[in-house]
Amino acid sequence: MTILVVAEHDNHTLAAPTLNTLAAARQIGGEVVVLVAGLDVSGVAFAAAQIAGVSKVLMADDAAYARQLPENVAPLVANLGRDFSHVLAPATSNGKNILPRVAALLDVDQISEIISVESADTFKRPIYAGNAIATVQSNAAVKVITVRSTGFEALPAEGGSAPIVALAGARDTGISAFVGEELATSDRPELTAADIVLSGGRGMGNGDNFSHLYRLADKLGAAVGASRAAVDAGFVPNDMQVGQTGKIVAPQLYIAVGISGAIQHLAGMKESKVIVAINKDEEAPIFQVADYGLVGDLFDIVPALTSTL
Amino acid sequence: MKVLVAIKRVVDYNVKVRVKADNSGVDLANVKMSMNPFCEIAVEEAVRLKEKGVATEIVVVSVGPTTAQEQLRTALALGADRAILVEAADELNSLAVAKALKAVVDKEQPQLVILGKQAIDSDNNQTGQMLAALTGYAQGTFASNVIVAGDKLNVTREIDGGLQTVSLNLPAIVTTDLRLNEPRYASLPNIMKAKKKPLETVKPDDLGVSLASTNKTLKVEAPAARSAGIKVKSVAELVEKLKNEAKVI
Repeated sequence: MTILVVAEHDNHTLAAPTLNTLAAARQIGGEVVVLVAGLDVSGVAFAAAQIAGVSKVLMADDAAYARQLPENVAPLVANLGRDFSHVLAPATSNGKNILPRVAALLDVDQISEIISVESADTFKRPIYAGNAIATVQSNAAVKVITVRSTGFEALPAEGGSAPIVALAGARDTGISAFVGEELATSDRPELTAADIVLSGGRGMGNGDNFSHLYRLADKLGAAVGASRAAVDAGFVPNDMQVGQTGKIVAPQLYIAVGISGAIQHLAGMKESKVIVAINKDEEAPIFQVADYGLVGDLFDIVPALTSTL
Repeated sequence: MKVLVAIKRVVDYNVKVRVKADNSGVDLANVKMSMNPFCEIAVEEAVRLKEKGVATEIVVVSVGPTTAQEQLRTALALGADRAILVEAADELNSLAVAKALKAVVDKEQPQLVILGKQAIDSDNNQTGQMLAALTGYAQGTFASNVIVAGDKLNVTREIDGGLQTVSLNLPAIVTTDLRLNEPRYASLPNIMKAKKKPLETVKPDDLGVSLASTNKTLKVEAPAARSAGIKVKSVAELVEKLKNEAKVI
């Protein structure tokens, strides 16, 4: 078996979910080749070559790939992918955008967001917002799979020295173009990579009150998330959303503040190692999954926590 | 421009689904079914484009069981002009749905196709991207804003860490994210009117598409349950537990 792993990066840094995806590739077994497609990505390719177990890094360095436009990247991945038994990518917004396009170009069904590898052709994945786990088998010649990072422990980023092969013949389809982006800037860790995540729900009352969470987060070195209810109410932007339709997190410690615990939210955080719930409603469903529950007014509890720590 | 909207009939998002005892799937007997929430957003966006004078006709399509006519009627009540049901009994995978939609696109020649980003049953998040591959069109997935500008489409997308805007040649495929719009409710007069709007039923064979899949679901299980822990009485007790018992801070 030979596995092609599509690296996640921003042209400068190899992103952590790539290491989780490589862990899934290792479980499948066989030779692992990493594709780094982007612009001025020699640094990223070098980083990928350092990862233990990577046998080769393919580098497609071209302006056509600079912004990960699926119209340009998917044909590249599909053409390379024909020679592999598996094509894997992290289930990031890029992976979700590009890989189904790859699967259709290869005329195969994709298996989305696997959380475990049962064998080289059989995988587990959550359906119905994590309320059921499906075991899915693929008989495709090329198995196209996105990997949910929280299901696999990241491989160490060093220990290897794979050769880097530069690919030629990039093509810009010209049917799409990058216009701009607005990225949230924060000194706090990324939600999906943080060891501690603090999330606020509708109980926060308004966006300004999230400052209570930010202060506590800075004390703990935590990332800050939110429930869909808090996002829908306009308290905070959607990229903070944790849940079925937002980010999936599995930190060491998850603290849910003013979150009732709708199933859509639980789908995004219930794999966390330790869950703390702070809610004034002692009947809130979040307490059914929490290791430690504290019933009370979050506007008393959160500042008290901040000053205690 | 003509806009095609694809919708899916799924279990209502308020229903807590249960896995069948024989692990063959989830129990959908006597369970409330609805239009997938992301598909409602897709219909709403098309209706808004028509209200702005950008869209001239809205065709809504579903690939699914006969009962999906209910959801198509809902879309007609919300403002779609006519409906197509590609009638397929079995539970389909995304590639099969994308192939059926491709055949409808070939026939209808829309300038814009809007779909939900993912269905809340299979959670695949594939069909729109696959349709884009099969048609060769550009794709604007996870859209939070869509603006038609001449022969281009500017789509703002929800991505990890923020927003990205891309410019797409038309025809194009868009998949909706939550914040694109807030869908309206159908009014009673519009529900009555929708009953008279045309709804055409076609078979996959008529479209010449194969619904075969390379994926097979072997079993469906309930997830490992997480048991409730303890209630602590104070902030001090919580901190003590997190430090000494759970050892996470």
